[in-house]
Amino acid sequence: MPEDSSRVLIADDNKVNRLLLSRSVELLGHRVSLAENGRIALERLRTEPFDLLLLDIEMPELDGFAVLEQLKADPQLREMPVIVTSSVEGLDNVVRCIDLGAEDYLHKPVNQVLLKARIGASVEKKRLRDQQKAMVRRFVTSEVADDMLQSGFALGGKRIHASVLFSDIRGFTALVESQGPEETIDLLNTYYMLMFDAIGSHGGVVNQMIGDGLMALFGAPLPLDDCAGSAVAAALEMVELIVQFNHERKAVDKAAIRIGVGVATGDVVAGYTGTQHRATYTCIGDTVNLAARLEAHTKVAGCGILIDDATQRALGDNVPTQALGEVPFKGKAATVEIFAVTTGQLH
Amino acid sequence: MDESVIDRAVYAELRDTTGAEFMAELVNTFIEEGPGMLAELRAARTEGNAERFRRAAHSLKSNGRTFGAVKLTTLAREFELKGLDADPARDAAGLAALEAEYARAAAELKALRDARR
Repeated sequence: MPEDSSRVLIADDNKVNRLLLSRSVELLGHRVSLAENGRIALERLRTEPFDLLLLDIEMPELDGFAVLEQLKADPQLREMPVIVTSSVEGLDNVVRCIDLGAEDYLHKPVNQVLLKARIGASVEKKRLRDQQKAMVRRFVTSEVADDMLQSGFALGGKRIHASVLFSDIRGFTALVESQGPEETIDLLNTYYMLMFDAIGSHGGVVNQMIGDGLMALFGAPLPLDDCAGSAVAAALEMVELIVQFNHERKAVDKAAIRIGVGVATGDVVAGYTGTQHRATYTCIGDTVNLAARLEAHTKVAGCGILIDDATQRALGDNVPTQALGEVPFKGKAATVEIFAVTTGQLH
Repeated sequence: MDESVIDRAVYAELRDTTGAEFMAELVNTFIEEGPGMLAELRAARTEGNAERFRRAAHSLKSNGRTFGAVKLTTLAREFELKGLDADPARDAAGLAALEAEYARAAAELKALRDARR
């Protein structure tokens, strides 16, 4: 099979048509699977990967129109390219297929040259779309990518209740100066891998990485039942993972690293900011600023995890905390009551 | 051979694009499936099931067109577009004509399949 060979599913109830189409598609170098009606076609599409569906309209059990409708309603399959191959008459039927999302309509018997061009175009379009999706996923979280692919991209935000977590490595500048850049990159990659694991496993998404610092959101873009609890659980796991990581570093005679984490909970405005050409998904608002201030304040307070009163109230008695009193923060008119998560004391 | 039954140009083009061996397989499949499609059409007429009748006629039309079976295509298409007649007796003559034309087309396709190339 050539490298650009695609997986094509042919749905047609007529045996002669199935045989002929499958021969035509195979002659173009693609791999073919067959379905005798719309119901079987949908079953196969839901369980096996395909690049293209060649769909007949007149079929028993489930006809081509119904298949198109179901594909459109299925988030997993709505982007499956479909070329309708039919001898159904009437322009209104062709229009209906296109309206329902078919890429193209070929009259049967299908002209081989036209078939080649149409399959080529559809498969190329799908390849570009897949490539684009993979690229988007590399730069934004998969949650943001899905949100963007489903609701489309629009600048502007919406107000949501969420917890924001900031974290960074203590004394990172000194660490960078004491070792080679390759070692620093290795360290950062391991650090990020551990932090992403801890955050992701509690339903959070990392939406910014700046040097050794990161910002994570709990409750956006997807709502979380207990965003404060999840953020603090993630913070505790982050600290715990760093403790384990330090054991490994100690074994090879390397200095231990320490992190500081700040968590604040409240209303944030989440959405895309930037320009039409370059934008980023982020959260802005007092809660975000406060989380950043809390993270910075861990140095002053000498503890690993600091949270604001809103987060503490949401935790209830589930996690032991220690009240550190009211602290005036830059940019805040009123003082803020802050708490240290006691199990998060640095080892 | 009666050239009005199967359009030779359509047949030759199909054979050339798909290969002689495959063409023989395709003709065999049509000859195997044809009687079933005709029976389906008759059963739908007896049952008075318009949807089934139209679908069976549509299938025959589609295959007829593939092989260049000109008259078979025309007769099947008439049934597909017209649908069931209010008077079953009026469809009987058309069905008989369609069956006779199918027999001619099948015989012609067999002869073409077996002809020395």
